[in-house]
Parts: sequence; C-alpha cells; structure tokens
Amino acid sequence: MAHAFREAASGFRRAPLLTGLSAFMVGLALTVLGLFALVAFNLRLAVEDIEERVEVVAYLRDSARPVEIESAVQSLRGLPGVEDVRFFSKAQALERAKEELPEIAEISGDLEVNPFPASLEIRFLPGSRTTESVEAVAAAVSDFSFVEDVRYGREWVERLFLLRRMGAITSMILGGAFAVVATLIIGTAIRIAVFARRDEIFIMRLVGARDGLIRRPFLIEGAITGLMGGVLATLLTWGTYQAVYHFLFELEWIPQSWIGIGLLVGLIFGAMASSLAVRRYLREV
Amino acid sequence: MIKLLNVSKVYPRTGSALEGVHLEVPKGQFVFLTGHSGSGKSTTLRLIHMAERPSSGEVLVDGFSSRRTPKREIWKVRRRVGFVFQDFRLLPGRTAMENVAFALEVTDTPRAEIRPRAQRLLSKMGLSAKAGSPVHQLSGGEQQRVTIARALASEPLILLADEPTGNLDDRATRGILDLFWQINALGMVVIMATHDLELIRSYPGARMLELDQGRLVFDSHTSGGGS
Repeated sequence: MAHAFREAASGFRRAPLLTGLSAFMVGLALTVLGLFALVAFNLRLAVEDIEERVEVVAYLRDSARPVEIESAVQSLRGLPGVEDVRFFSKAQALERAKEELPEIAEISGDLEVNPFPASLEIRFLPGSRTTESVEAVAAAVSDFSFVEDVRYGREWVERLFLLRRMGAITSMILGGAFAVVATLIIGTAIRIAVFARRDEIFIMRLVGARDGLIRRPFLIEGAITGLMGGVLATLLTWGTYQAVYHFLFELEWIPQSWIGIGLLVGLIFGAMASSLAVRRYLREV
Repeated sequence: MIKLLNVSKVYPRTGSALEGVHLEVPKGQFVFLTGHSGSGKSTTLRLIHMAERPSSGEVLVDGFSSRRTPKREIWKVRRRVGFVFQDFRLLPGRTAMENVAFALEVTDTPRAEIRPRAQRLLSKMGLSAKAGSPVHQLSGGEQQRVTIARALASEPLILLADEPTGNLDDRATRGILDLFWQINALGMVVIMATHDLELIRSYPGARMLELDQGRLVFDSHTSGGGS
C-alpha cells in the first residue's frame, strides 16, 4: 500500500498540469450538479413552505357545546397524518379578524353580535399534506353535526400536489441527465490522466507486477482527483450562491450532508473511472 | 525450459502469423531467431512472454502452460522472462537508476534493497557513472544497457530481445552482444530476434532458428550445420 501512495504522489508530482486539469474538469462537471442541487433544494424549501399552509378549517355552529368540541378535537387528533387540531372560539375569531383587517377593528364597536363563527383548524404532518389525506380528514370532520362548513381549498391542494410531483420528476430527470454528463466528463478526464501514464503501466506489466499493484496507485490518484474536483465544485457553487444571495435574491445554502455526499461521489467516481481506464490497459500486453 | 508445441497464431485482422511451430529451447542456450519482417519473430517472443496466447498448440515456459496459466498469474511468467525492445521503452524524464529501481519496486523487492540492487545491475552494465543521468541524455547503446538492467531486475531465467541492436551502431551492437553472452554464460537462456545475418555469423556457437511466413524453416541444431 505504501508503494501505491508513493506512486500516486509521484503521479501528481510528475504531471501537475495534467492532474490539475483533470481535477478542474471533474470540478466543473460536479459544479453543474452542485448548482442543480442548490436550485432543487431551494425549490423544495419553497414548496415545503407553501405546503405548511395546507390545513382544513371546520366552521362550527353557534350551538356547538364545549364537550362536543373537545371530544371532536381528541378524535380528530387521532386521525392518520394529523399534526395538530386547534380550536378558535368566536371571540378569538373576532380578535384575529381585528388584527388582520383594520376595517373590522374600526366597526367592531358597533357590532351587536359577533358574526364570526368558532372553528377547528387542522394541520397536517409533513408527508401527509396530500389530496387524499386532506379529503379524508375533511370528510371526517364534516360528519360532526355541529360542523356547519368545511374548507380546505380543494383545487389549490390538488395543484400543489401536482406541482410537487412534477418537481420531483423534473428533478430526477434533470438530475439524472446532469449526473450522466458529469460521469462522462469525469471518466474522460481520468482516462486522459491514465493515458498519460500508459508507459508506466506497460513497464509494470512487462516486468511482472501484479495487477492489484498496478491498479492501486491509479485508484488512489483517481480518488484524490475526484475529491479535489469535489472541493473545487463546492467552492464554485458557494461562490455562485453568494453572488445570487447578494445581488439577486435570498436563498438557502444546501445542507452539509449534501456536500458530504457530493465529495464522496467525486471520490468514488474518480476511483471508479480510474479503475475502468486502467483495466483497459491491463487487458493489453 | 521453453517448449512451443505445434503452435499457431492467427490474428483476426492480419491473418496467420505463426503456423505449426514446434520448438524446444533447453536451459542455458543462446538462440538467434531470424527471418524477414513479418516472418513471426516478434510473435514468437510475445508468445513466450505470454503477452499473447496461441490460437492452437501450447507454449510452456519453465513449467507454466499457455493453456493452464490464468491471466491473474501471468506475472509469475513475466518475472522469469526478461524482455528487451529495439526502441528501449524506458520511462522518459527518469534517470537510469529510477528506471531500473521502478522495475524492482513493482516486483515486491524490499525497499531497502532497491537502490543497492539497481546500482549493482547498472554497474554490471558498465553504467555506474551514468546512474543519475536522465535516460534521454544517454546514447542508444547506453539506453539499451539500462533496458537490459531493467530486464534482469527480477533475476529471470530467460532473456528475450526483439531486434535489440536495430537502432545501434556497430560498436554499440558488439557491446550489447557481448553483454548477452556474459548473461548467457551465467546459465540464462537468451533468445534474440534479429535479421542481421552478419551479426549471427560472428557468433557461431549460438543456435539459429529461421522463420519464414510463420513457419520454422531452419534450425541449426537439427540441420547439423552452423549458421
């Protein structure tokens, strides 16, 4: 193994320009993936932000008794996908209306009766904000006799669900296409680096080196090149993120775990591409 | 030591390169392999080196059979067979010492032994003073000596040389041939492919094999005559 590391290091020493260029190409290929991840992550956040607003509101008759309401709250909380059920009394509804609409605040003194109904607001767990879950809960809540009306913006929830599905499919297709392009570029970059050292592989085979000993330095070199490319891609993506953040609009930086996966992918791709490229030469001689 | 049993080699694109070659080379023999270009000299050497497998027949090298030796064990054959090329195939940009040391490094030589052994090999080749010189600064004869030192690094039993003097002047050629004889005197089989009949005639003690269009047409040992 020590020989493998020495040889890998000597590979970098002997051809720093070629190794640097390979790492640069790998870096650019991974940057495309990094930028895609940045866009996909922020789109996901935006959709999640909208999804959080998915809720079912049940307006209650004025005749609804507190015991009935409490019992309904408990049973609704037990439904699958329900995160929380909150009760808003008529008084609370009026207060909220006053806060949100100044006009109401102005005329509220003149009101003889409070026109706002009491309500139950049902929120959903992430992953359960689907048309099916929302419809099931809406149907369950409308079964209570003291419920006058149920609203959840059916069309809006359906559209949101469609948008999310389209987003996931588009991400998969585009992400897959970018990953294929990145793999091809990384493969080519590493093949060029291995091609430059074909004489060494030839001599190793000629004098009777074992295949494993020939392959190992290239595996290490490929992995390091891939990792260097990954680091470069992270820096370039970070630079782009900073530029967009300061000059265009605010957005979130991708999670550390994604970067970790990106670097690992660079390392593994580099090692694999190198191994494949060397295998070609091992078949010869 | 080496046996070619009714060996034929056919390439998909260029056709037949060797046809029914039957040959035995015992330990310690010096063999000149001659013939025109394309007669099958290089193919024969590559078959002995197991860089190629015969299309039919069998090649045996120190007990290793071309039929039964798996690809992952070819390295064992390579360590028994040194190979010298006409165009040297040295690693450019490296010194003579580094070129020989490289062969030792990749063939499991303990690290502490690499430099002393490379130094000894180069000194046997008369290159002690040039050990630190980059190979591209050496003359053709000197470069070929580095190649021979590299070929001897794994202490092989057989030395194959494919037109090793093709790029050298007369003086350098004689020097290389003398080296081969010294190596052969230590018990190593030397098989040298050349089309230089003048050179072959000046070493009458050697066995001469002649190939023509892939067939073995002359063997000085079976024909009862010299070269």
